[in-house]
Amino acid sequence: MSIVVVIDSADGTIKKGSREAVSYATQMGGDVIALALGDAPENELASLGKNGASKVITVAGEFHSIQEAATAVAEVMNNVGADTLVLAQSAKASAIGGRVAVKQGASMASNVVALPDTANGFSVKTSIFSGKAFANVSLSKEKKILVVSKNVVDIKEDGGDAVVEAGSVNIPDADKNITVTGQEKASGDVLLTDADIVVSAGRGLKGPENWGMIEDLAKALGAATGCSKPVSDMDWRPHSEHVGQTGIKVAPTLYIAIGISGAIQHLAGVNSSKHIVVINTDEEALFFKAADYGIVGDAFEIIPQLTEAIKAL
Amino acid sequence: MKILVCITHVPDTTSKISFTEGDTKFDSTGVQYIIGPYDDYAIARAVELKESNGAAITVLNVGGVETEPTIRKALAIGADEAIRVNAAPADSLFVAQQIAHVAKDGSYDLILMGRESIDYNGGQVHAMVGEILGIPSISPVMKLEIEGSKAIMSREIEGGKEFLEAELPFVAGCQEPIAEWKIPNMRGIMTARTKPLNVVEPVSEDAAVTYGTYEMPAPKSGVKMASSVDELVDLLKNDAKVL
Ligand SMILES: Cc1cc2nc3c(=O)[nH]c(=O)nc-3n(C[C@H](O)[C@H](O)[C@H](O)COP(=O)(O)OP(=O)(O)OC[C@H]3O[C@@H](n4cnc5c(N)ncnc54)[C@H](O)[C@@H]3O)c2cc1C
Repeated sequence: MSIVVVIDSADGTIKKGSREAVSYATQMGGDVIALALGDAPENELASLGKNGASKVITVAGEFHSIQEAATAVAEVMNNVGADTLVLAQSAKASAIGGRVAVKQGASMASNVVALPDTANGFSVKTSIFSGKAFANVSLSKEKKILVVSKNVVDIKEDGGDAVVEAGSVNIPDADKNITVTGQEKASGDVLLTDADIVVSAGRGLKGPENWGMIEDLAKALGAATGCSKPVSDMDWRPHSEHVGQTGIKVAPTLYIAIGISGAIQHLAGVNSSKHIVVINTDEEALFFKAADYGIVGDAFEIIPQLTEAIKAL
Repeated sequence: MKILVCITHVPDTTSKISFTEGDTKFDSTGVQYIIGPYDDYAIARAVELKESNGAAITVLNVGGVETEPTIRKALAIGADEAIRVNAAPADSLFVAQQIAHVAKDGSYDLILMGRESIDYNGGQVHAMVGEILGIPSISPVMKLEIEGSKAIMSREIEGGKEFLEAELPFVAGCQEPIAEWKIPNMRGIMTARTKPLNVVEPVSEDAAVTYGTYEMPAPKSGVKMASSVDELVDLLKNDAKVL
């Protein structure tokens, strides 16, 4: 059996989720081939060997359209005779997987949170209802596509470097049917979806002018900043920071919620966090019920103190 | 312009999630159903495009007769007609095949839906429909303007957003701030009653995955409250070991 894992990188660095996906595939057993679409430095790609890849195949191109990415993935799967495709969870990964599933007649599961159970057929546990429940899903087709959530497996780091080679795929021009005219980076240095620590604030902060202390705390922790939906709806913060059921779903090691009441729709985006800290003036705030640590008090007093205490560590 | 808007019929976001029949079936007792919040953005943007550019909007749902009140709500918001494919939405591929079949017959210029459903959160139906039809699929779309045969958009990418253009037709998975949710007004609700809602039988395709048992997450063991900032930092350092 061979497994293809799609690798995502940003600014020349492979994303943590992709290394987890390679480690996941390695634990499944079989030959793991990493597939990098677009540019990334060769030594960075070779280091995927440590995570368990036997080989890295690169395909040059822009891959603006999901169509061209899916064509490349399906062709590489055919070339290496893979029966399984693994991707790290993202909106783009689910879309690529969806198109490849149609091309390959494959069974597909997204939001996979555990290694497959192959005792009786092939089934995986997936997160559903925005993290409020899990489903055990059987994949009946011969080919399988798994889109794996973050933090499901530890990253394996004991192998040697992998061979990197250019794959030969033929992408029809008709697949390159999207013109990208520009990009805008989200504010902040740390990517919200990849962050190990997230500092998130809500309507309790009263106005956009008060976010300086949130950014200071995030900086002290090396964290990304997030917010509740009303905050981005009122344009206090950009939409790219909106966390929750209808926003970004995060799974950091530490999620710090400041002046957020803990509405069920907000919790749906944060319930995969390992540790949740809640800071709120209202001891009855719903969020405390979903938290691991809490402190009742005024954010305007607590946050500057907390930032100083962390800087002093 | 002809727009097809695909909607899901899902439990309200505040619903208590639980299962029955030996954890093999979602317990819908007392659950209020809504248009999927992302699909609700799609329908809202379609109605705005109808007002600005002129368009005929067909709303589509794959589901049993119980989804008709949800479909009527989409008609009340401003869709002109509706199609219900009379089948349980077995899995994403099955649903995509039904949508693609309807889309082929209707030659739509634009197929809109939410970026994902809020029950199974697959986020793949738009891509599958695009692949079956051999047209682009773009998601999550945060802005969508139509100029002639071209669409001007922005989409979310990890770490920011991207501005792009594509020729019609294509499939778009929508998310905020593409439009603001619309609440049906009284006139909309009245006219929705007489708008056509056609029921069609599914094209038989088999599902590629089957759902077995369901589980609930383990409950949190309880919050540890700190009475001072120092105590909080101590807990994070020595209990959670994250600092
Ligand atoms: C379909 C649907 C989807 C939704 N999706 C999302 C989503 O994805 N994400 C999301 O966040 N919301 C979502 N919502 C909205 C959600 O229901 C809540 O309205 C929202 O999360 C509340 O935001 P908040 O906690 O910032 O504000 P509030 O509920 O107003 O809470 C403010 C909190 O701040 C506290 N506070 C006030 N002053 C201070 C202070 N000085 N110091 C410390 N604490 C203070 C208050 O005690 C309160 O708990 C959705 C709603 C619907 C209907």
